[in-house]
Amino acid sequence: MADNVKPRVRVPRSAVAGEAFEIKTLISHKMESGQRKDSDGNPIPRSIINHFSCDFNGENVMQAMLEGAISTNPYFQFEAVIQESGTFTFTWLDDDGSEYTDSKDITVG
Amino acid sequence: MKFTRRDTLAMGAGAAVATFMPMQAFADANDEAVMAFTGDADIMDEGVELTAPEIAENGNTVPISVSAPGAVSILILATGNPAPRVIEFSFGPLAGAQSASTRCRLAGTQDIVALAKMADGSIKRATSIVKVTIGGCGG
Repeated sequence: MADNVKPRVRVPRSAVAGEAFEIKTLISHKMESGQRKDSDGNPIPRSIINHFSCDFNGENVMQAMLEGAISTNPYFQFEAVIQESGTFTFTWLDDDGSEYTDSKDITVG
Repeated sequence: MKFTRRDTLAMGAGAAVATFMPMQAFADANDEAVMAFTGDADIMDEGVELTAPEIAENGNTVPISVSAPGAVSILILATGNPAPRVIEFSFGPLAGAQSASTRCRLAGTQDIVALAKMADGSIKRATSIVKVTIGGCGG
């Protein structure tokens, strides 16, 4: 597991049913692309987060397949629309097999 | 060793081929990435909005956002990167809009291509050129 991987997510506390709102996520990760070489000229092996998904009460909002061309500390901004209160779960999958998750509750008022 | 005119021409041609080979390899990788995503569907240059800066000072973090109403998934390609695929977004039933933003690395000045796959299988495309001052692939 890479060091100091910390997910951060911004979701509004409440939303109006059927109205789209914005979600922002950021996770600290070095995202080693596999293209770089160390001082001896040896390639540095790829180590990135390769998949991200956002679900709400078990239903998918969006997912992304990341490649080496995504910047350090991958950031996403996207929109969701929900009909009832519940929990957003965010999942990031690392090349080394580890999984990072975060969740946020939201109420529809 | 004495060079005849014919030898010189042949060497020149060889050098030219050697120079263009890497470009050719890039183009092939791009075509492959596009084909893998689109299949044999026709590509229309409309219906996708790709927002990228005209000039990026730092190729390590270039903000890009893409929006394609009605899309199932969107693939972003950086045609001048060693590996053209950047990211593929797929939208689920709870997506508020078929749009997303992220930050990517660009090796140099190049075209960014967004391909959107619609629910009916058709493909829409947008292209945007980004001038990069400092490339983002490291040395």
